[in-house]
Amino acid sequence: MSEHSTYVPGSAVEKWLDDRLPIIRFSKEHLMDFPTPKNLNYWWTFGAILVMCLGIQIVTGIILAMHYTPNIAMAFDSVEHIRRDVNGGRVIQAVHAVGASAFFAALYIHIFRGLFFGSYKAPREILWILGVVIFILVMATAFMGYVLPWGQMSFWGATVITNIFSAIPLVGNSIMELLRGGFAVGNPTLNRFFSLHYLLPFIVAAVVALHIWALHVPGNNNPIGVEVKDSRDTLPFHPYYTMKDALGMVVFLIPFAWFVFFAPDILGHPDNYIQANSQVTPTHIVPEWYLLPFYTILRAIDFNVLFIDSKLGGVIAMGGSMLCLLVVPWLDTARVRSGSFRPLFKWFYALFVLNFIGLTYMGAQDPSVPLNNILGKVFVAYYFIYFLVILPVLSRIETPKPLPTSISESVLGKAHA
Amino acid sequence: MIGVAQFMFKTKFIIAALAVVAGLGVVSTQAAEGEAPHIEKQSWSFGGIFGTYDQNQLQRGFQVFREVCSSCHGARLLAFRNLSEEGGPGFSEAQVKALAAEYEVDDPSAEGGRRPAVAADRWPEPFASEQDARDANGGALPPDFSVLAKARGVHDAFPYWIFNYFTAYQEGGPDYIHALLNGYHEEPPEGFVLPEGKYYNDYFPGHAIGMPPPLSEGVIAYEADENGVTLPQTVEQYSYDVSAFMMWLADPHLASRKQTGFAVLVFLVLFAGLMLATKRKIWAGIEH
Repeated sequence: MSEHSTYVPGSAVEKWLDDRLPIIRFSKEHLMDFPTPKNLNYWWTFGAILVMCLGIQIVTGIILAMHYTPNIAMAFDSVEHIRRDVNGGRVIQAVHAVGASAFFAALYIHIFRGLFFGSYKAPREILWILGVVIFILVMATAFMGYVLPWGQMSFWGATVITNIFSAIPLVGNSIMELLRGGFAVGNPTLNRFFSLHYLLPFIVAAVVALHIWALHVPGNNNPIGVEVKDSRDTLPFHPYYTMKDALGMVVFLIPFAWFVFFAPDILGHPDNYIQANSQVTPTHIVPEWYLLPFYTILRAIDFNVLFIDSKLGGVIAMGGSMLCLLVVPWLDTARVRSGSFRPLFKWFYALFVLNFIGLTYMGAQDPSVPLNNILGKVFVAYYFIYFLVILPVLSRIETPKPLPTSISESVLGKAHA
Repeated sequence: MIGVAQFMFKTKFIIAALAVVAGLGVVSTQAAEGEAPHIEKQSWSFGGIFGTYDQNQLQRGFQVFREVCSSCHGARLLAFRNLSEEGGPGFSEAQVKALAAEYEVDDPSAEGGRRPAVAADRWPEPFASEQDARDANGGALPPDFSVLAKARGVHDAFPYWIFNYFTAYQEGGPDYIHALLNGYHEEPPEGFVLPEGKYYNDYFPGHAIGMPPPLSEGVIAYEADENGVTLPQTVEQYSYDVSAFMMWLADPHLASRKQTGFAVLVFLVLFAGLMLATKRKIWAGIEH
């Protein structure tokens, strides 16, 4: 997108560098001059907030790894050692643990923003798919990170989640044993999870780079979903959006700090302060809150369908829930992007948000209670119906409201309204 | 139309805000476990965002731990030196040194393999092995106290647990321990079959607990404070003090963490205000 560049090397050294590695030109084009729609609201700051979250997790994680011992006899106490005896360790550990929750809170907001404003629609399908890939990688990273303190929930969570893979026909058992490094979760599991937990964030960072690359080809979507027409519709990224994003980040840090300093354990489960014990199963095995929606989907399939038993059915449903996200650009074919101009979509979308909260809630409830069981199934059903039925049908039958002809017309109209 | 768009923005804002709150909220809520009785929340000096430990209470709690609990329960992460560290019971270094000297620890380099403890040593284990501990306790293993107060909690019914995120309620552990220590009954309720060697407790999951009632009135002699006032030597008071001590044991840096947190939050709020002012200044005159 060199046409946006106004960069002129200011010195002989810069000129020399520009001919060899035009990194200053690149930064100026992509971090400063990049034309950005002028009407982005604060929901659009969550991309920058997520970059910050990833940075926080990587920096705190690297420090934690200096003091942590990935051995089943020592892991639990080494985390306590960090909390008690390492300088600043109590804050670093709390930031990392709470940071995982903050990361997911921001991720969900970012995803739901995209779903409302149609940010997955052409020409941004690859951008969206890369985002879903990041989401899946972050879930895997978070799950493996949760195993490292080697508490009861760590151990039993690892047992349940690795066991999921055994449902896959033919190769399932081999995959499960490969993940565990043996027949049961033990020291080899902890070692490989530690190694992968250190590796995956850097892969996430690489996919984030692709995600931003894919963003900078078509440019940002925006709240009215009308493509940028000319330069009156845009502002340079710097200082307008660097400032707006920075404000978003600082505000985001306020609830983050609240949890870190005043309630660092409230987002976790007390059982994880009991060292892992393969002989004692906790009464309820509950994953962290951010995995609960998908845990509900996994557990909702408690019946056999033809030759597919309930266990494999659950895995298919959980995989299917991710697949729906991946292919949503082709399920929702409505030409109007923004939900603001789609009178019917809005309501189904609002219901989808509430439904997703319901899925999260049900993941922590006992499914043997009949009401929970039925509600869980209803929530799972709506999740799939939304993607597979409602979005394709709405695309055909809905009459959208008239769109503004351009972003600048829209913002001027708003200013005078 | 534009008005509608703004209205939608607000609606969406509310919905998404709810999503965040509820999303963060649905953490460890579990289905009510049968007829588990309600645990009454106590007032703790270390609760809330300005919470800090009460030194005298920690000293009394330590006394209860030392004279009663520690004969069966370990505290493997507790070092003697912790007892004189800031934010804790506030014993002097000399007191800690003298206290440590009363105990013996294993040391392969010492003559006979044992030597008197020093401040840097960890609290000695009450039993040589898990098997010894089980043999001495009717097959039950007395849990280590190091992080026990964080490993227990109180389950609030919906929607009450949502408030815990705004009050930063983290005292479920001591509330549970306090309730447990006061929850013994000499006779189980009618129809409840108590296994041999177990005791009935209202709050223990399954009600049959291996630990006999550890506290009874007057079993620990509290010293009078500088004003000559002695606290009541009751199970209620003992359990309250030892629960507080266990919270300190599990979270020894709580007070300094909360103090730092207050400063951090004040900074962030002011900083956010400045950032907002700067953002408005930069965006002034831009229709958006």
